[in-house]
Amino acid sequence: MSRYITRLRMRRTYKWNGRPVGEDRKLKRQYYESMSISVEGKTEDATVSLGQYILIEGDDDDNPFVAQLLKLYTDDSGKKKTAVLQWFVRMCEVPQNKRKLLGRDPHPQEIFFYQDRSCDNEVDGETILGAVQIEYVPVQDPFPVGKSRDILFVKLLWDTKSFRALDPELMQPPQSPKSPPPSSRGPQTRALPTPDPSVMKRAMSGILTRGSMSTGKMSSSEAESLHSASKLSAAKALSAKRRSQAVSGPQVRKKLDLCSPSKNMSRDDVLGELLDERSEKTLTSKLNTSPTGRISISIRLTPLNLNKEECVSPLSSHSPDKPRMTAHDKDDAARAEEEHEDSPINTAATSRSKRKSAQLVSSRIKKQLNLLGNKIDLQSDGEDGDDDDCFIPSKIDLQSSSDEEEEAKIDSEDELIVKKHRGSGTSRSTEKTRVSARTPRKTPSKKTAPATPRTPRHATPSIPSRTAPARKPGNVLEEARARLHVSSVPESLPCREQEFQDIYNFVESKVIDGTGGCMYISGVPGTGKTATVHEVIRSLQQSAEQDEIPHFRFIEINGMKMTDPHQAYVQILQKLTDQKATPDHAAALLEKRFSAPAPKKETVVLLVDELDLLWTRKQNVMYNLFDWPTRRNARLVVLTIANTMDLPERIMINRVASRLGLTRMSFQPYTFKQLQQIITSRLNRVKAFEEDALQLVSRKVAALSGDARRCLDICRRATEICEHSGSQKNSSGLVGMSHVMEALDEMFSSSYISAIRCASVQEQLFLRAVIAEFRRLGLEEATFQQVFVQHQALCRVEGLQPANVSEGLTVCQRLGSCRLLLLEGSRLDLFLRIRLNVSQDDVLYALKAD
Amino acid sequence: MCVSVYVLCVCLCVFLHCVCVCVCVCVSVCVCVCVCVCVCVFRHLLELLRRTAVHGESNSVLIVGPRGSGKTMLLGCVLRELMSLKEAQKNVLLVELNGLLQTDDKIALKEITRQLHLENVVGDKVFGSFAENLAFLLEALKKGDKSSSRPVLFVLDEFDLFAHHKNQTLLYNLLDVSQSAQTPVAVLGLTCRLDVLELLEKRVKSRFSHRQIHLFSSLSFAQYLDVVRAQLSLPPDFPDPKFSDEWNHSVTKLCEDKTVEEILRRNFNGSKDFRSLHSLLFLAVSRVSVSHSTLREADLIEAWRLISVDSKANVLHGLSILELCLIIAMKHLNDTYDGEPFNFQMVHNEFKKFIQRKSHSIHKFEKPVVMKAFEHLLQLELVRPVDSGVCKVQREYQLMRLMLEHGQVMEALQKYPQCPTDVKQWALSAFG
Repeated sequence: MSRYITRLRMRRTYKWNGRPVGEDRKLKRQYYESMSISVEGKTEDATVSLGQYILIEGDDDDNPFVAQLLKLYTDDSGKKKTAVLQWFVRMCEVPQNKRKLLGRDPHPQEIFFYQDRSCDNEVDGETILGAVQIEYVPVQDPFPVGKSRDILFVKLLWDTKSFRALDPELMQPPQSPKSPPPSSRGPQTRALPTPDPSVMKRAMSGILTRGSMSTGKMSSSEAESLHSASKLSAAKALSAKRRSQAVSGPQVRKKLDLCSPSKNMSRDDVLGELLDERSEKTLTSKLNTSPTGRISISIRLTPLNLNKEECVSPLSSHSPDKPRMTAHDKDDAARAEEEHEDSPINTAATSRSKRKSAQLVSSRIKKQLNLLGNKIDLQSDGEDGDDDDCFIPSKIDLQSSSDEEEEAKIDSEDELIVKKHRGSGTSRSTEKTRVSARTPRKTPSKKTAPATPRTPRHATPSIPSRTAPARKPGNVLEEARARLHVSSVPESLPCREQEFQDIYNFVESKVIDGTGGCMYISGVPGTGKTATVHEVIRSLQQSAEQDEIPHFRFIEINGMKMTDPHQAYVQILQKLTDQKATPDHAAALLEKRFSAPAPKKETVVLLVDELDLLWTRKQNVMYNLFDWPTRRNARLVVLTIANTMDLPERIMINRVASRLGLTRMSFQPYTFKQLQQIITSRLNRVKAFEEDALQLVSRKVAALSGDARRCLDICRRATEICEHSGSQKNSSGLVGMSHVMEALDEMFSSSYISAIRCASVQEQLFLRAVIAEFRRLGLEEATFQQVFVQHQALCRVEGLQPANVSEGLTVCQRLGSCRLLLLEGSRLDLFLRIRLNVSQDDVLYALKAD
Repeated sequence: MCVSVYVLCVCLCVFLHCVCVCVCVCVSVCVCVCVCVCVCVFRHLLELLRRTAVHGESNSVLIVGPRGSGKTMLLGCVLRELMSLKEAQKNVLLVELNGLLQTDDKIALKEITRQLHLENVVGDKVFGSFAENLAFLLEALKKGDKSSSRPVLFVLDEFDLFAHHKNQTLLYNLLDVSQSAQTPVAVLGLTCRLDVLELLEKRVKSRFSHRQIHLFSSLSFAQYLDVVRAQLSLPPDFPDPKFSDEWNHSVTKLCEDKTVEEILRRNFNGSKDFRSLHSLLFLAVSRVSVSHSTLREADLIEAWRLISVDSKANVLHGLSILELCLIIAMKHLNDTYDGEPFNFQMVHNEFKKFIQRKSHSIHKFEKPVVMKAFEHLLQLELVRPVDSGVCKVQREYQLMRLMLEHGQVMEALQKYPQCPTDVKQWALSAFG
């Protein structure tokens, strides 16, 4: 939650770096090479340039969209910055139903190359959040382990229908066709020489065979992307630096030369680029093979060590900015020094695994800086994350060791230095932002006050599984009973074809058009409202799977399943983005989500069951639910269900009712024919009922309520009765009229009469006395005293010893507790008011037959 | 010292005997109710729960019957029987709620969560807000499915009280789970209200399977006598066979006695439930001592006297003559004005009339003294103000009602020790 606020608070400003590198006269566009993003309150800027992998602001704050930057241009006025992208999708963006196509559990950091022509690949340049690091992993290789959690891996290609192996070629930034005409590109603007494709190929294969991370391309922009993502641990970066320095030295110098005259880039940009030169460890492998890789093999240990110490101290200390800032400067200075020295690294180091180097560094850190205190600090900071891990070990993405976590911490801090341009004072909040951006579930724990115990967030709700397996139905009757249970999902919903079609058309049209709308569905309980909507969604999802219609999300909330109408927001938000928030905050988030335009937005179909319970005095919940679909960018379809047809008129104020609109549908109670059809279709050729019996049940239920649940329950009970009686006398084994009659009697017959018949003598007498008193008074109410006089008289008539007042009251209370009598004002003692809860005729009938 | 120990021993002995007999009575109640009232119902319920436990079929059922008709006992027997089945033994989770304890859904949810040992239970405490708990429980129940998760039996005692919870959220959700393909549950409601279904909201009602088991005792008096005999008899495996024989013989003889039968019949007429019988027999049995080790007719008569005594009779016994006179005055006022309320002034006038005209033994009391006596009656709640809300009226003129029946007054007079005859005659005379 806090993350969201901080993000709102941080205003970013975007400006072009350098002069336009090309121009399209026809379209009146000016192309740029890179763009710098400065965040308010930070002194330093981040830079994104072509070919780099970037994060785009999306609906989900935790998982921003990932893309590769292909083009940056501005229109004629020069105001609107547009970016052309190649999208990548996360697993969570892949439609739910297609996820299984992957055939394995996705790696938490896995993303997919997105190939969909229909998808708009131009976005507003100002939605770019920053850069990210992506690595290509060949299909057959396992995901690299022990890497920073911020590196994303791409292995496969997702073309909205299936996952395919990704050709590494695709990962290359399309050089000639998409970038501005080369003629207009001044050679001086290129920071790095375009790598030789053959070299790249070789480099790649080298990387692949080693199974280390690979970018799959070697262009300068790639290098930069590596930098800005810089998800490598700082320590790793440092060790890599030494290695890469030798080879990248010339390039660095070149860049420096370039940048200093232009004055366009801030010192930190340079630094960033330098950093990334250092961190681009993968390059080293290539560089080994490339001619430059062999430039120098001379080793200088001392300055490096010194440098190391300097560098490590800021990174390991988790203390606020000031010291780190200075350290950073020192680091910077040291590096500058190094650059000039052109100190090469030991080539042996290159072959070392990344993990090893990381370990090495961390051990050195420990040794040199007696890190104990800091370490505690670190851990306390990353505590939430660690706790998370403890709670669900099953979560793969959290399985990283705390060691790694720290590492990630360090390096992301490093990243922060580069990316966010930390100004003093805001560091804490930005840190929070970043942390939560990585692991969403941490945020709530941050804000949890220790004083109020809450549900452990990662307690997985589950019911223990049974030891012995459930037994399958054995005979025809059991089979029938299982099929007749309301919970069993039928293959189709008979008798609701028209309603089905209407709802289907409504939702389908909205999904296809990408618009929003509301629908109100009413009907008495048990008429299949919810079932029909579910059926519609099921078939829509099927057709979405076959790509007949666009994908959509389906969310269901139920007014009865929440404790307070405002919880609706919380539940919607949780189902939509898996975030937890307070009702107010959830409302704000949803408001933003449904009103802000965003690329790649799916239509959301929201089913609100038991709508009437969302009623509040101000009706703001209902208002919002119906208002969101009317927003231009919402793409929200709201289906609401309630029992009464005139609910909008009765309980909604005008502005709510008006937004609900007139798309209404009412489900009529089932007729007996429909009920019969429902049972028949459920039984589906299991011969368990006689025709007459079915007809009797359906006619009876249709006459009473038309509730399909009732009908099914009666049938189920009838099979039980049949089973019991079947063992006694040799009947046909089918459920016949007699069984159904018995079941009907059991469910519909009033129990009052048998209760009166089974009452004790005094109780029966008392009921008689009540009636006698009513007749005497001509009223339907009497006090206990009056009735008691009658009661005593009756006792004498019957030859019983008259009861005393206490006994009389006991009898009266007992009848009252059964609700044969309605008693009022029990503290009034003798003046207790008595009414009958049964008709007088029923009482007399019951007593006479006795 | 020695003596006291001996006395203690004797006491203990007697006590143990009593306890023994009482325990036997208790046990036999159990058996009797189950055997003679509801064999058929028992089978029905057992079969139902067995299907939930074994097949994973969700069910909901209400057991309705007047108080003391053995609903809880029936369920207890069924559950015992169910747990003795091998296939159901370790396969069932039981959640017991009582409407008198779980007075709202919040508490009920916590209790369910606690009894199910869900993961948000730490120690014996359930954490999280009401909304979180509900979401958590629903999520848990939703995750289960028919074949793999353990069935949960929800026993809701005083089911009708759950229907008074806000929106009936708990009932809706439990019954909704029982009607959908989630964790198999059986919702068992126990209630004494016959109109319980009318309490349910229409959506909740529709989700309930309408399976009701009614427990009414259609016991005849002969059966009732048998039950009494069975309850009082000692079991054959009683450690002291001689005493057992003697005791059982006395019980048989007792049940044939006319007076005893009359008492039992009156009790039977009053109510058929076994709790009232039980309390009667308990009083009788507790009078058994070392000196007379068998149950006698007198014990039962005494027990009956204790049980059937009117609750106000003793209060009336403790009144002074003046207070009694006031009550008689009120009775006359009631007779005169046909139950209309009266005030102190009227009572005082009536009382003065009596003193002036008929009284020989009672002298004149000052008005404040009479007022004091009247207030005492007010304190004893033998007299009650009609409308306590209006206090503006002077005390003498505040309207009152007499909380005694005509018969109660007369009976008190009969039993009142040394009641002056003129007072008695005044009470019997038709009008003041």
